[in-house]
Amino acid sequence: MDSTAHNFKKNAAGALNDAQLQRALAHVPRGFVKKRADAADALPEFERLRDQGRDIKNHVLEHLDIYLEAFEEKVVEAGGYVHWATTAEEARNLVVRLCLDREAETVTKGKSMISEEIGLNAGLEKVGIEPVETDLGEYIIQLRGETPSHLIAPAVHLNKDQIEADFRRVHTELPEERNLHEPASLVHEAREILRDKYLDADVGITGANFLIAETGTSVIVTNEGNGDLTQILPKTHIVIASIEKVVPTLEDASTFVRLLARSATGQEISNYTTFSTGPKRRGDPDGPNEYHVVLLDNGRSSMLGTEFQDMLRCIRCGACLNHCPVYQAVGGHAYGWVYSGPMGSVLTPNLIGVDEAGHLPNASTFCGRCEEVCPMRIPLPRMMRNWREREFEKHLTPFTIRRGLGVWAWFAQRPKLYQRVTALASRLLKWRAGSKGRMKNVPLADGWVKYRDLPAPQGKTFQQMWKERGNV
Amino acid sequence: MSENATRREEILGRIRSSLKVDPDAMDRLEVVADRLEDHKRNLVPERAVGTSAKNVKQFCQMMEAVNGTVEHVKSPSEIPGAISKYLRNHNLPQVIRRGSDPALDKLPWSKARTLQVSVGVARKDDEVSVSRAFAAVAETGTLVMTSGADNPTSLNFLPENHIVVVESGRVAGSYEDAWDVVRAVYGDGEMPRTVNLISGPSRTGDIEQKIELGAHGPRRLHVIVLNRPAGSK
Repeated sequence: MDSTAHNFKKNAAGALNDAQLQRALAHVPRGFVKKRADAADALPEFERLRDQGRDIKNHVLEHLDIYLEAFEEKVVEAGGYVHWATTAEEARNLVVRLCLDREAETVTKGKSMISEEIGLNAGLEKVGIEPVETDLGEYIIQLRGETPSHLIAPAVHLNKDQIEADFRRVHTELPEERNLHEPASLVHEAREILRDKYLDADVGITGANFLIAETGTSVIVTNEGNGDLTQILPKTHIVIASIEKVVPTLEDASTFVRLLARSATGQEISNYTTFSTGPKRRGDPDGPNEYHVVLLDNGRSSMLGTEFQDMLRCIRCGACLNHCPVYQAVGGHAYGWVYSGPMGSVLTPNLIGVDEAGHLPNASTFCGRCEEVCPMRIPLPRMMRNWREREFEKHLTPFTIRRGLGVWAWFAQRPKLYQRVTALASRLLKWRAGSKGRMKNVPLADGWVKYRDLPAPQGKTFQQMWKERGNV
Repeated sequence: MSENATRREEILGRIRSSLKVDPDAMDRLEVVADRLEDHKRNLVPERAVGTSAKNVKQFCQMMEAVNGTVEHVKSPSEIPGAISKYLRNHNLPQVIRRGSDPALDKLPWSKARTLQVSVGVARKDDEVSVSRAFAAVAETGTLVMTSGADNPTSLNFLPENHIVVVESGRVAGSYEDAWDVVRAVYGDGEMPRTVNLISGPSRTGDIEQKIELGAHGPRRLHVIVLNRPAGSK
């Protein structure tokens, strides 16, 4: 997928002025945030489970090579195939080749962020294969030619009237006078349309929430059941997953199951948690004849051993997006690539480079809510700071900011001078503000005062007042 | 070396060099081998630990909380009648599709005279399927379904109405309890092709976060709990 992350500022400004988007985004704090809080409260062990989830992931990352080999061995033992891909392009070509070799015309797809990462739909279309997204949200955005704006709610940026318009535009074989006002009627229509697609598809492609080394199993979590129809009806099931998805045992997967849905949607567990191991067995009347797993690296192995290793614990629940004041204000598309919100701000520069995505770590108020709700306790604010430091070191920060910081640093290293200059500035600002006590114009701060007034200082610095109170 | 093997070595090599580890270090291999072999439990929530009676009660409550419906029968011979009545109450045709599970085979289907029963995988126009659960989990009101001719996986997803029979003795407390049963039946480290954990009928919140049932899978999920101890025939 092409990135517009370098355009974050412009994207964000557009998002803030988009009335439809703002109306849709209002559902995020009202829905996900409250439901997650209720679910966390309802399970007394939730905080301890978070600690354990973090520890399991840390253990896996330290032994990732061995767990991947163990997983591969079990997949092969069960009659499946494992394909390794170092880059997004390799993974895309691998999957396209698998589909071509099976003379596939239609491919159904469960929801997968890796599919977005490797631009799979475009790759399939290029060789004349029709990819059909089956998750309702993904189906809707595919009709619109858009990308998901949220990890688990890809169409969260849309309102139902927009979706109705899309269905009327595309489903032209249905009667025009049909009622599509309610979400229920939209859900029903998508269900009917996709039914035949499931049955006709030659290949089914899903992602994986977890890969289990103990048994060679891939796990998907859905509420709709679309991922299941995708993987049991076609002759071939292809799983695309990144290397950090592996967990040791069924017991470990159970711990993550307890954390994932609660953090994501506030459910105790998603409706369907599905464990798939190999192709169908002798005597099985349904299920795929072939089972393939494509393991994607795409820069992740280079994150190990760095200050960004903790990011590889992420289980893609979306809690950090839901709780982020920046995400709530601009939505997912402004981030310009596959991943958005705080996890995207940390992961995207790792995967596509800080030159392209250096703006993203700046899209943070450092309020810390993302880390508070992250089920894997990923120190997202710390890592965004790490990126800012790297950005500064690589001289990617704009000249004015670098210059300003340089001037400030020069003063800060000379305390006497610093105190005198700040005292003077404080008096000047007070004088300038006059009796109103606030200013509409401040030199060098046009952007800041454009949307609010600056309250004037009281005329003295903190250090002066501290001294006057008799402290030294 | 094949292209796949080259890429595999490249990725594993990069992981090892990033972690600064020796690929032949025995201690790391042993740690992983032990962990996989022991498959120790992590923290299991207190609510998932209880007597069989408590498990059944909690399973039913949790299932109903996620829009499943539950009814209890005391004998297998009541099941065909219960299914027939359920179909009548929901204005559904008296036609069901099921797998070849011996426990379902043995039911006195002829007692429900109007009921037409056929055996096999789900087809496009099947409206109602009947399955037997491998196990259930009280912790979250979850059914555990395993693939195979006895209970084909497509029956869990394709028809709009899914009726599941579960014996009360098969209702476990936690997911971990259920995995122990899977291991006992299929062997350590082995799994059937598909294990489905099912908690309520299909739903979506993809349109304005409003929950709608019956997104792609069943719109209705009805559980018939057969109250008798495990192991009895």
